[in-house]
Amino acid sequence: MGKAVAIIGTGQTKHGRRSDVCYPDLVRESVTTALQDAGITLKDIDGVVLGTMPSMMEGVSSTHFYFAEAMGALNKPVMKVETCGSTGQSIGHCGYYWVASGMADIVLVVGSEKMSEGDGQATMTTVFDPFFQRTFAAGAPGVFTMQSMEWMYRFNIPEDKGREAAAMISVSNHDNAMDNPHAHIRVRVTMDEVKNARIITYPVRLLDVCPASDGACAVIFASEEKAKKICKKPAWIKGLGFRGEEFFYGESDKAIWMSATEAAKEAYKQAGIRNPLKELDVAEIYNPFTYQEMIFYECLGLCPRGEAPDYVLKGTFKKGGQLPCCPSGGTLCSNPIGATGLIRLAEAALQVTGKAGARQVGGAKLALSHAMGGVDQFNGVTIVGSKL
Amino acid sequence: MSKEEHRIVKGQVMVPYELALGRTWCHFFDCLKEEKIMGKKCRKCSRVLVPPRSFCPRCFEDMEEWVEVSQEGVVETWVYVNMPFFAQELKIPFISAQIRLDGSDSGFIHQIAGIDLSDFDKVRERVKLGDRVRAVWSTEKKGNILDIAYFEPVK
Repeated sequence: MGKAVAIIGTGQTKHGRRSDVCYPDLVRESVTTALQDAGITLKDIDGVVLGTMPSMMEGVSSTHFYFAEAMGALNKPVMKVETCGSTGQSIGHCGYYWVASGMADIVLVVGSEKMSEGDGQATMTTVFDPFFQRTFAAGAPGVFTMQSMEWMYRFNIPEDKGREAAAMISVSNHDNAMDNPHAHIRVRVTMDEVKNARIITYPVRLLDVCPASDGACAVIFASEEKAKKICKKPAWIKGLGFRGEEFFYGESDKAIWMSATEAAKEAYKQAGIRNPLKELDVAEIYNPFTYQEMIFYECLGLCPRGEAPDYVLKGTFKKGGQLPCCPSGGTLCSNPIGATGLIRLAEAALQVTGKAGARQVGGAKLALSHAMGGVDQFNGVTIVGSKL
Repeated sequence: MSKEEHRIVKGQVMVPYELALGRTWCHFFDCLKEEKIMGKKCRKCSRVLVPPRSFCPRCFEDMEEWVEVSQEGVVETWVYVNMPFFAQELKIPFISAQIRLDGSDSGFIHQIAGIDLSDFDKVRERVKLGDRVRAVWSTEKKGNILDIAYFEPVK
């Protein structure tokens, strides 16, 4: 680890279909909110990091050009980083690195997406190689369904049990989103509604899948000295991990998922966490698909391999359970992709600083945030705590 | 707010590309024309990868040895796709599958067809993880991945 770094402010837009604003104005909405939250002005910002999905999502290349003014980046260094779904974690890590290196005191990190403006699945299909796999790609649902099927088969998870647990995850995420004013989907759903929803890519049904959202998130990172001076309750970065694996789907084992497992291990090592289920108070896991959330529980070491459905069915990860996951309603209820991984981090920071409003997990001191990107290729984890 | 305040403007970006295949992948597709599926073997870790690689991603060594793998394999996972999106190459519904070809050490992505795909409940009974499938070749070869028309269940 480098020098100590804290999150001193976060800002999120109302996520959803935001045809009321053009894309740069959506970005500015999150930046303004984060600056207000931190109680600072643009003058205090030393550098800006931005991330989004590939340019095909909204049809504008290199959006850090388009958003330079909206991010307040005039006469400041700007860098863009993108790793698909894990972009939000990647840019958070860059903000951390920049401050931890001592080269900047305060860095603004912005993630955004305006998915209603393009074709998300067509965009994601261009992430596949053009010669071998793109022909058979079916966007994100295709990949995540293949992975979920392989996982259930590997660990002999009966179809009905997987279905029941996935439905519970959908119900609890939708319930949680009711407490989150930023969430895109705010409707309660029942177990029967989830289990009988329209099939997207079997066994995945409509209510197992995240929406395509417009939204932006800004997070402000500061050095120890600045954080202590400016902020009453900073969220301290305790550990981070990021890992990648082979590009071609099928070359690495997605039921075990090395990148997710190792990214978490690295973050736990830095944070000094030995038993994450016991030590963490809350987790914001990237869950665009209910079934995949269970694979993450296992990879992040929150339960043994193949046992995630049992843990879900006994309520371990529900509100009020041993380790509440996604009290924000998670990615399942809001997914402006370039922002999503950063929203996970922002939510984790809100939790450990007691600023999460109706979705607050009482007394949370240590929180995990996570995101996954590409064709199941990258995983990033960041752990924040209330104490330095 | 009225609709006029939420004005939407249509746009489209289209760009043509010419993509270099490189020697390794060029040879793979030349062999497909002869109805052979070729992998590359790493001399260090001995894994055989299909699609072939010019270098082993784990050992970072050049992969020089070509190995012909079987045209039959095991279904490691599959997905029934009935969801349309812009510029989709295959007609829906179709089945994408990850197939471990005998003699290889990686999953190969292709489609399973040659069965009635219109009724999902029937497909579910017909296609199972762990089943064996075999390549069916296109009569006309174009030097692309669809020279293998599809994989069909081995009866």
